[in-house]
Amino acid sequence: MIAETGLAALWLAASLALLQLVLAFAGLKGGKPDLLAAVRPAAVAQGVLTAIAFAALITLFMRSDMSVLLVVTNSHSMKPWLYKFAGTWGNHEGSMLLWVTVMGVAGAAVALFERALQRNAHMATLGGQAAISLGFYAFLLFSSNPFARIDPAPADGQGLNPLLQDPGLAFHPPTLYLGYVGLSVAFSFAIGALLTRQVDAAFARAMRPWVLAAWVLLTLGITAGSYWAYYELGWGGWWFWDPVENASLMPWLAATALLHSVTVLATRDALRAWTVMLAVVAFSMSMVGTFLVRSGILTSVHAFAVDPTRGSFILGLLALYIGGALALFGWRIGSVREGAPFELVSRETMLVVNNLLLTVILGLVLIGTLYPLMTEAFGHKVSVGAPYFDRIAGPIALALMVAMAAGPLTRWRKDQARAVGKRLLIPLCIALLVSISLSLFAWGRIGILPFLGLVIAVAVGVGSLAPLWKRKLLRTPLFTYGMVVAHLGCAVSLAGMACDSAFTVEKLVAARPGDMIQTAGWSLRLRQIIPIAGDNWTALQADMDASRGGSSVLIRPQSRFFASPPTSTSEAALLTRWDGQLYVVLGEEVEGGRWQLRIWWKPFVTLIWLGGIMIALGGALALVGRERRGWLLKWRAREARL
Amino acid sequence: MRRLLIWLPLALFLGFIGLFASGLFKPDDRVIHSRLVGQPLPVFSLPAAASDRPALSSGQLATGKPRLLNIFASWCVPCAAEAPQLEALQKAGAQIDAIAIRDARPDVDAFLKRYGNPYARIGLDARSAVQMALGSSGVPETFVIDGKGRIAHQHIGDIRADDVPMILEKLRAAQ
Repeated sequence: MIAETGLAALWLAASLALLQLVLAFAGLKGGKPDLLAAVRPAAVAQGVLTAIAFAALITLFMRSDMSVLLVVTNSHSMKPWLYKFAGTWGNHEGSMLLWVTVMGVAGAAVALFERALQRNAHMATLGGQAAISLGFYAFLLFSSNPFARIDPAPADGQGLNPLLQDPGLAFHPPTLYLGYVGLSVAFSFAIGALLTRQVDAAFARAMRPWVLAAWVLLTLGITAGSYWAYYELGWGGWWFWDPVENASLMPWLAATALLHSVTVLATRDALRAWTVMLAVVAFSMSMVGTFLVRSGILTSVHAFAVDPTRGSFILGLLALYIGGALALFGWRIGSVREGAPFELVSRETMLVVNNLLLTVILGLVLIGTLYPLMTEAFGHKVSVGAPYFDRIAGPIALALMVAMAAGPLTRWRKDQARAVGKRLLIPLCIALLVSISLSLFAWGRIGILPFLGLVIAVAVGVGSLAPLWKRKLLRTPLFTYGMVVAHLGCAVSLAGMACDSAFTVEKLVAARPGDMIQTAGWSLRLRQIIPIAGDNWTALQADMDASRGGSSVLIRPQSRFFASPPTSTSEAALLTRWDGQLYVVLGEEVEGGRWQLRIWWKPFVTLIWLGGIMIALGGALALVGRERRGWLLKWRAREARL
Repeated sequence: MRRLLIWLPLALFLGFIGLFASGLFKPDDRVIHSRLVGQPLPVFSLPAAASDRPALSSGQLATGKPRLLNIFASWCVPCAAEAPQLEALQKAGAQIDAIAIRDARPDVDAFLKRYGNPYARIGLDARSAVQMALGSSGVPETFVIDGKGRIAHQHIGDIRADDVPMILEKLRAAQ
């Protein structure tokens, strides 16, 4: 019954989306307010129904209902409950259901909480949201039904890919999807604005919180995914430029650009067409990313649903939505008035620079990701790896960091180049100091990019605090703190990346129990190798004492074997200290009772993810700050009227 | 100009859609052949990867007689599976050199001890630099090198038992 309830809820939600679409556009076209009055309830009901469908699927997984095909192929009754729960979205159908659920709930939130937007634009936005949802409902119901039954029901399931059996699965995909799909709200806003020709500061102020919220979640999702890959895959790397990682990075780059251009539009009523374009591009990148992952068109470590039928379905949706939005843009944007002009030396210009650099990185990542596809169309086969992305995107990202330090120190509308230079004096001096000391201590030992990365990270880190200089800290608005924290987070993260690539020490040894290993100031003693058993796995575990002068700590890298499906994974042992992480992987047994051990000492590597969390926290502070200011202004206006 | 800019995104996007569609409906063949087939080997010099075999440099592959260059790694399962075929090739008179990819000497020694050692020389390519220069996209791969140090043939993936006569034929043809 549960499966049927879920399926019925999905069909109902799809019909409501159709109704919502028709009501919104018929109402707008004919100017009938009674039709429009039903749009918001339809959106809310749709949100509730998708949530019911998703809850039904979670229940089926928790109960290990083996009469449901999806549970059989992706779960096992012996799995710990957390992975039964998170396994709901660790597969194609479940993750697409999560996608439409987020979309439905986001639509309901727009219907309930959006107050700033003018009524017609609000209705057009909800109509746009319904149009996008409809396509994904169709995809789910016609080609990826998560509730399909299997008869006769097998005794037990086939299990979940052991790489996914990790607490990371409970957190990373949902946050990432909330971010991906949250961007659909910005997309719908852009559609609504184009249809009603209302692209102005009020539109930007209404859209900003939705963009911020999606961006915060996307940032968290990417940060979590990076850390997960780092400790679970056991390669010691934190970013692999895999197509699927790029698929999450591209919407983030577009959303970051959008976040900044929407501020220009909200504050100064400039960059109208550009902001609308970015809102379209951001969610388009989410959809392109999904297409790349789900169609198996690019070879990737994440490609777990290789299926051309589904691929063509999503390609059709892409053509319809992105093509439609871009056509609407071409058709309508000519009639949107030019925004306000601004001087060459101004905050606006700095934000345009930010947008240009972000867009260039986005373009380069997109080209790098799709290049194998392009050359294949002409008969050559190539694969594009990390060297391309590091060399091409790295320097531009560093330039972007420099612009990031200068931007907040420039005034809106008009500023003096000399005055800006003066304000940048302290960061510049610090950059000089850091480069001199680095040259003295590490010349020739580190590459040019890590070198520049360290210099820029320190200088920008200090520079990002400058907007608080000589201000009354208690009276500074919360969203300014948000910006400072987010920019500081970028510098912190960059410092972590540069330290990791400049100073990591790697050692590969074959050790017998009792052996001592010395590396990077650490002494490790291999005590013993013992077999242990977990809920649904067995493992060989190395008990090791790690010490750095003081008392020693027990660390336990494992090599795990899962019975269903039969796979082995290596669980790295991580020892986190304030100045870095010790990362130990247990390999195979070699002759003479010796065991392979791979040991890394990674100075300050944790800063990468700390920075990511700070960036998200900054976004959250900005969101709360802006909303609170909105309430305060409204409240004061009401007080004044009374 | 402005009109052009306005429609440019749509035009670009339609191009992408065409690309996606062509990629989606193409037969699935993801083997990447080196573009160096028929070309001289890149110049390299690698340290020894095993304790009982000498190091390998590109000059040592141009000896006037055709040789095989096997790309393998101790951590690679298909490489272990192809070991008997390499053994058979060596028995049939093929000279085989090898490059161990992203490996370490104790691991290579253990691998050779377990699966046999048909190699004359083994170079260690710790960061895949030479592998990349050769245009090899994975392990195992086997190159037929003619007497002048040119790549005559590239075999991608492990050598199966029925590939052995073909490889011997290629070696003879490279004479």
